[in-house]
Amino acid sequence: MAQPMNMDDVLQTFIAESRELLLQMEDALLQIEQSPHDLDTINGLFRVAHTIKGSAGLFGLMPIVEFTHVAESVLDRVRSLEVRVDEALSALFLDARDHIGQLIDLLAEDGDLERLGEPLRVQGQRLAERLSMYLQAPVAPPASVAQDQSPMAAEGPGHWHLSVRFGADMFRNGMDPLAFLRYLSTLGHLAHTVTLFDALPPLLSMDPETNYLGFELALVSDASREVIDGAFDFVRDDALVLILAPQADIQAYRAHIDALPEDNTVLLELLVRCGSLTEAQAALVIQDEAPTPAVAPEVAQDSQATPAKAGKGAVNNEGNLIRVDAAKLDQLINLVGELIIAGAGANLVAVRSGIGEMIEATSLLSRLVEEVRDSALTLRMVQIGATFTRFQRVVRDVSKELGKDIVLRIGGGETELDKTVVERIGDPLTHLVRNAMDHGIEAVSTRLQRGKPAQGTVRLNAYHESGSIVIEVSDDGGGLAKHKILAKARERGLVGEGQVPADKDILNLIFEPGFSTADQVSNLSGRGVGMDVVKRNITALRGSVSLESEEGQGTTVRIRLPLTLAIIDGFLIGVGKASYVIPLNMVEECIELEPGQGAESGFLDLRGDVLPILRLRDMFAVQEPGGIRENVVVVHYAGLRAGLVVDRLQGEFQTVIKPLGKVFGEAHGLGGFTILGSGAVALILDIPNLLGLVAKEATNRSTPRPLSIQ
Amino acid sequence: MKSTVPMLRRIQVMEGPLTIYTASEQKDVLLSLFPLAHEVELDLSNVDELDSAGLQLLILIKRESFKEGTQLVLSNPSATVLEALRLSGLDDYFANPSFTVSVGA
Repeated sequence: MAQPMNMDDVLQTFIAESRELLLQMEDALLQIEQSPHDLDTINGLFRVAHTIKGSAGLFGLMPIVEFTHVAESVLDRVRSLEVRVDEALSALFLDARDHIGQLIDLLAEDGDLERLGEPLRVQGQRLAERLSMYLQAPVAPPASVAQDQSPMAAEGPGHWHLSVRFGADMFRNGMDPLAFLRYLSTLGHLAHTVTLFDALPPLLSMDPETNYLGFELALVSDASREVIDGAFDFVRDDALVLILAPQADIQAYRAHIDALPEDNTVLLELLVRCGSLTEAQAALVIQDEAPTPAVAPEVAQDSQATPAKAGKGAVNNEGNLIRVDAAKLDQLINLVGELIIAGAGANLVAVRSGIGEMIEATSLLSRLVEEVRDSALTLRMVQIGATFTRFQRVVRDVSKELGKDIVLRIGGGETELDKTVVERIGDPLTHLVRNAMDHGIEAVSTRLQRGKPAQGTVRLNAYHESGSIVIEVSDDGGGLAKHKILAKARERGLVGEGQVPADKDILNLIFEPGFSTADQVSNLSGRGVGMDVVKRNITALRGSVSLESEEGQGTTVRIRLPLTLAIIDGFLIGVGKASYVIPLNMVEECIELEPGQGAESGFLDLRGDVLPILRLRDMFAVQEPGGIRENVVVVHYAGLRAGLVVDRLQGEFQTVIKPLGKVFGEAHGLGGFTILGSGAVALILDIPNLLGLVAKEATNRSTPRPLSIQ
Repeated sequence: MKSTVPMLRRIQVMEGPLTIYTASEQKDVLLSLFPLAHEVELDLSNVDELDSAGLQLLILIKRESFKEGTQLVLSNPSATVLEALRLSGLDDYFANPSFTVSVGA
């Protein structure tokens, strides 16, 4: 991201935060489409709009403030149940969200909004106008959101009504409910307070350190709901707080009393006592209860859950997270890498010196270094869930565009992987998801014909497997038509006329540049740029892609990525004088190679299974004589297994991966190098590549392919 | 007090803070008043602090007195006590029609 030099740090924080908030907003909007009554989500939305507006105000970013204000006002009405969220409204809000996002992007580029172009301005105005339609009364100026009331709701009193039930542990947590009342009275005038103590147990069983109190409050105040609600931020987990706006309508009252634990009649009496309802209105609320009983409990449940959950996330996040510049983390990881190399050097010297104490000290040191390494690496680990959820929006938009009913299912969101990897996996994933929706999932009529549910499913899944993370993108669509791929490949001369490749190889053809079998090129995908780019992106991350497809059943694309890009646990082996490193998690076992076991033929009998083997000595053309005995290291990756014949096994070694120079770009089977404690260089073997090599050779010599262990 | 029957009227002077920190001890003090005399007077002039935990104790004993049909009077309430009662809207609850400033205070 190109930042102008003079840009304020604070502004950057604002931009980062806003982007995060906008992501939350998007999630919430998508969620709300499923459950429009979820007050929790609505509150979350409101908070996002409010926070962005507030912070933008600090920077004097008026275009953002003005626009967000309209959105916030609408959300406020949603929150007080005056406006219902329907599909149109949530779509409108998604557009509004995007608009704010564009403003923030512009801000990030320029550092101000001076360059706000006419199109953006017009877009903002249009959206604001559409949003305002949900405000029956015109929007009040930003300072007085609370006064923004609709004429239809002018039934209630002119004060806020608060119902607060403090949790039992309130005192023990150092909170004094009276202090909240004192604070509220600073916001305006506490017109009436009723203290509820019905929960007080009998004299003897009463615990003096447990809170049994609750309050019904009538508060005359100009403060906004946000401010009043904010008073209870610290006790959100441990208190039930319900707030009724001034002039709320009967429905709001009903939802309010339904959400409270006490009996409705008792509550109504309390409301009357507080002057929040007249006797006549109370009767109305009761009457109103009868006709629509089905809706009420749902609303009630939602709102009851609200105070408990709403503030929790925000408060926790603020307390436990700190923002760190990614560059600082990289620097730390680099240093840890150097530390490991230096530590290995010290270890070596210690062993050579033969001083017991010295060896002991260095081994303790290496153990600590190892721990430092692990925790430094976990700093960079993030859950993939956030990336996955972002696709909800993609799926939603694209399915509307395509006119298909498609749902996205997400699994394994808690799987962690390196932040750099997460960042760079986004584009390939988008491609795959779009592909799946566009080409994979069939039109509804075809689906029904094939006896599938009308709603198509795209699945994103992630899990760990032997030191790599596997990300799956699958759909239950039509699958890949192998004969079409083959025909196309023949047409393009990729496959000879008489040749009939294996199914798997046919499928892999779609990763060739410029390959598309879509009958119709849509504007989404199918223009033949895509799968090859996906593959290239993933290979650049030292990962691999594979594909499984059953015609008529669906397609699964499986991406395998290394967990981290920087440091791995390695297994050190020797061939001739040189040492090599194999990623430890790919090593399955080591066996001794007896002379005359038939290793010359290119495969071994491993407990009855055929194991193809590769002689590193031959591969790297090593001339020096080896030891008397050779060993076989059995490695596996992505369901394939093969044996590497080596001279020596040298044990585990923490490996800091250093990239090879461009000169070695053509060298197959090497993934980088590392520096040993002695200062010598050891090459890191690229096992996936080597296994591919073995497979190719096996086909040429018509010897067995790498053993499939799936 | 001229009464020779101690159980008819009892004055208990509450000392120090009536807060969460002292709630356990203060509850014991209040428990010692039981069985309640016909009239109990809690002198609150020395209560320099009162929080919700303390308020809760006062409510507890007041409720008990209602139950047993006895009189509980909060006498000489300090400014702190008055403020808490006003804030919680409980002044009515504790108000006693025959409230008089205790001669014993």
